[in-house]
Amino acid sequence: MSNGPLAIKAISGHAGPVAGLDTSRDYELAKLIDVTTCIGCKACEVACLEWNGYPFRETVFDNTYQTMPDLEWNYYNLIRFNEHVGEDGTLQWLMRKDGCLHCADPGCLRACPADGAIVQYTNGIVDFHQENCIGCQYCVSGCPFNIPKFNSETKKVHKCTLCSDRVNVGLEPACIKACPTGCLHFGSKEDMKELAGKRVAQLREHTPHTNAGLYDPAGVGGTHVMYVLHDIDHPERYGGLPKNPQIPLLVRIWKGPLKWIGNLAMVGGIVGVALHYLRFGPKGEEK
Amino acid sequence: MIERYTFHERLCHWLTGFAYLYCLSTGLAFYSPYLFWLAIMLGGGPTSRYWHPILGLGFVAAAVWMHAIWRGDVDFGKTDREWMDKAKYYATNQDELVPPQGRFNAGQKVFYWAMFYGALLLLLSGLFMWFPEYVPFSLRAIRPVAIVLHECAALITIGAFIIHVYMGVFMVPGSVHAMVSGYVSREWAKTHHRLWYDQVDDRSNPAK
Repeated sequence: MSNGPLAIKAISGHAGPVAGLDTSRDYELAKLIDVTTCIGCKACEVACLEWNGYPFRETVFDNTYQTMPDLEWNYYNLIRFNEHVGEDGTLQWLMRKDGCLHCADPGCLRACPADGAIVQYTNGIVDFHQENCIGCQYCVSGCPFNIPKFNSETKKVHKCTLCSDRVNVGLEPACIKACPTGCLHFGSKEDMKELAGKRVAQLREHTPHTNAGLYDPAGVGGTHVMYVLHDIDHPERYGGLPKNPQIPLLVRIWKGPLKWIGNLAMVGGIVGVALHYLRFGPKGEEK
Repeated sequence: MIERYTFHERLCHWLTGFAYLYCLSTGLAFYSPYLFWLAIMLGGGPTSRYWHPILGLGFVAAAVWMHAIWRGDVDFGKTDREWMDKAKYYATNQDELVPPQGRFNAGQKVFYWAMFYGALLLLLSGLFMWFPEYVPFSLRAIRPVAIVLHECAALITIGAFIIHVYMGVFMVPGSVHAMVSGYVSREWAKTHHRLWYDQVDDRSNPAK
């Protein structure tokens, strides 16, 4: 599945139609994670490590299935497990593939002061360019999902790239390729929303999950990684997915009005003392 | 000539000043994309980011040393209230209408305390910015609060710093020389810090 100018329209001597010819190609793309079909196998984690060339991590055991507690600078993709006991005593074993959601309005990018350290592609991928990263971790403060992780040795911040290097050459992200249950989908945002809509309708009609829904939070302008959840009103059950994620208000103030007030004050101060000198000059001394 | 600043006072002043200037330049680079060239000039973004908090600790350490030296000279008193009432005459160079002052006038004391409390606020907020990964995600609201506080404290010190440099270099001739050599002329001392002059002149020259 190629995109961009090298999308294939016709193939010589090819049996059948060109695969994916009728899918939209001028797109924002998206990853759709259907948590209702995730089995927590961690194949996506392994694929992520393999593609990005990172080693496995040591595991810890605290009597839960969560043998790796959190994302790390070299661990972009982590299944979060939660045993949720419902009001009626039923047990749900919830699993969610956690990682960067590639917000349409990325708080990390807004907060970042380094030229070119974070870029957002027109297809929606938000990518960190470590060669431009200065290690200030403002992105950590700007992200409402607790995603960017700092490597204290190299002083660089890392997170899921949505396999921008694979997507750029027409491949799907590594995690998508590895998923054995079809829980992970990848395509245009439009197509993924449509697919999600069908799955949500199916869950509502044919399962007890009558409150199933699509997690594509508007507070960050929508995301390019979306979740189908059993219960859209309780995203926090899935390892702390925020219900209404927002870029912190103070980050908006800091990067908005405070900058201009500060700039005006500083320029005003310099102009002010210059005018003072012109008007009053230096102080004399009594002889 | 009269000795106004001892060697230790001058050393402390310039150490504080150097550390402040470095933090100011690199800090402004992180403050605005239009000033990021400052970081490039100082060895690049990562280098600037690496040294900024370390020199910041140096600035605070020097400020604490300065406090140990000058804390006896920077308390506000009766002459300071008088000076504040006449500050507009001071600002417009009508010094004959300003009451005589001790070693530091109220304006200098205000500058001192702005920088002192600014330094403490910068240190406190800066520590949260230096190690945000140790702020638990449940307390994540602290992180942007720290950044905004850091920026506000910096802007206050910048305002004070602009006035400080302007007055030292341009408005009160002899000040830079005083802070470099340690000495001021008798006329300078009489004009700007009459009470202090009377004091030290008595001490160093009992005949007067």
